[in-house]
Amino acid sequence: MAGVSSTATGALRARALTRADAEAAAGTVTDPEMPMLTLVDLGVLREVTVDGTTDGSEGTGVTVALTPTYSGCPAMATMRDDLVRALSEAGFDEVRVQVRLSPPWTSDWITPRGRAALREHRISPPGAAGPRSSGPVPLSLTATRRLLTCPRCGAEDTELTSEYGPTACTAIYRCTVCREPFEHVKEI
Amino acid sequence: MSHESVYDGLVEDHGDVSGQWAFGTSFEDPLAGVDTTLPDGVDGADLAAYCLGLGDDALVLSHRLSQWCSRAPDLEDDIAVANIALDLLGQARLLLARAAAADPAVVPALPEGSPAPDEDRLAFFREAGDLRCTRLVELEHGDFAHLVVRLLLFSTARLALLHRLAGSRDHVLAAIGAKGATEVTYHRDYAARWVVTLARGTEESRRRLLAALEQLAPWHAEQLEAHPVATRLAQAGVGVDPAGTADEVAAVLAQVLDEAHAAWPEAPPRAGVRGLAGRDGMHTEALGRLLAEMQVVARAHPLGRW
Repeated sequence: MAGVSSTATGALRARALTRADAEAAAGTVTDPEMPMLTLVDLGVLREVTVDGTTDGSEGTGVTVALTPTYSGCPAMATMRDDLVRALSEAGFDEVRVQVRLSPPWTSDWITPRGRAALREHRISPPGAAGPRSSGPVPLSLTATRRLLTCPRCGAEDTELTSEYGPTACTAIYRCTVCREPFEHVKEI
Repeated sequence: MSHESVYDGLVEDHGDVSGQWAFGTSFEDPLAGVDTTLPDGVDGADLAAYCLGLGDDALVLSHRLSQWCSRAPDLEDDIAVANIALDLLGQARLLLARAAAADPAVVPALPEGSPAPDEDRLAFFREAGDLRCTRLVELEHGDFAHLVVRLLLFSTARLALLHRLAGSRDHVLAAIGAKGATEVTYHRDYAARWVVTLARGTEESRRRLLAALEQLAPWHAEQLEAHPVATRLAQAGVGVDPAGTADEVAAVLAQVLDEAHAAWPEAPPRAGVRGLAGRDGMHTEALGRLLAEMQVVARAHPLGRW
C-alpha cells in the first residue's frame, strides 16, 4: 500500500484508530479501470464508519459503503479487495464492505480533483448529468450533443464515434482538429 | 499492493485452501449490507417469482447479446453490444440475488460444499421450464437488423417498467429500477437510432429491417401482458403491472417507426400454449439450446474452484 509504511502503521496502532485514519487509508485506493482516480474522486466510496469511536474507545472495525457506477460494473470485486487490504494495513482488524444501491451513482459525484485528474490523463470529464425527470424518459433519436474540449489539443471541435467505449462509463470521441480519438466519461 | 488490473483480483492467491467459485467474481454477495427485509404484506414467493421474471429477461438477452461478441458489423458496435450485455448482466445479478433473498426455496440445491452463490445457482442450475423470461429474449439470432429490432422492443418495454419500479415499496427493487432506467435509456436510444438508420439506409438494409420487424413484432405483446404475480405485486405497491405501460411503449415505438417510415406489422401477437407463456415457464425450443451452452461448464463442475 503506497502511503502507509510499516512504521506509520505501528504509530497508528499506538493510539485509537479514528474515522480520519480510516478515510485516509480508504482514500488511497484507486479505481482499477481508471487508476488516475481514487474511489473518493470517482464518487463510489460513499461512507466510512469506524466502530465504537463515539465513546472515545479504540475502533478496530470499519465499515465502508460502495455504490457501483453501473449495475454490471466488473470492478466492484477488485475495489472491495483493495479496500480490505488498505484498511487492514492501516490497522483495522475487521473490514466490512457494503453495497449501497440507493441513491444510484451519478457522474456528478466525480470530484473536481477527479475531473482534473481525468483531464490530465487525456480523458474528457463528464458534463452535468442534470436532474432526473419524473415523467416518461424522452427518446433521443439523434446523437447526444455535447460541447467537449479535446483533452489533447484543447480544440472545441469534436465528433462522437460511439456512445459506448472501452469501459461501461465512457463514450469514444474524435477531435476534428488534431484527429486523435479520446474517451469521454458519460453523463449518467 | 493495489491491483494493477481487474483481472488480478481473479487470479490472486487468497492464502487459504478455499479459493473461489470458478465461474464468478470474488464479490460474493451483490447485496452485501443491503436491507432485504420483505415489505409489509408481501408474499416472499410472489416477490421472488416477480424478480425472477425481470432477472431472467435480463440474463437471457444479455447472453444473446454476448453471443454477438466479435460478430458485430464494426468494432464500435461490437463494444456497444458487449456493454449493453454487461449492463443487463448486472441487472440480472441483482434481481436474481433479490429473488433468492425473498424466497430461498427458489434456489436450486447443489452438492454440499459448492461455492456457487445464490444468483449463480439460479442462472446456471435451473431448467428451461423454471425460467420466467418472456419468449422475445430467447429467440434465435437473425442478422444485425434482428438484433437492433429486438433490442428496441425489449428496452422500450423495460425502460417504461424500470422507470415506474423506482417508486417500489421494496427498497432493493426501487434501487434496481432507478439505476437500470439510466442504463436502459442508453440502450433504447442506441437501438432506435440503428432502426432508423437501417430503415432509411440502402434498399437492402431497409429490406432486412422490415423483415426483422415482421418476424419479431408478434412476440412484443407478451412483454406487456399482465401476469397474476405482477398484478398482485402492483396492487401491493411493490411491482409494476406491465399492462399499465402499454400506452407509453406504443407511443415510443410509433415515434421510432414514424421516423423510420415503417408501419407496425399486421400479424397478430403470438399466443401462448394453453394460455401459458414465458412468465409461466412455457418457452420456445430456443431457450433449451441457449441454456445448454450457457450452463454446461457450471453444471459439469458444481464444486469448481480456482
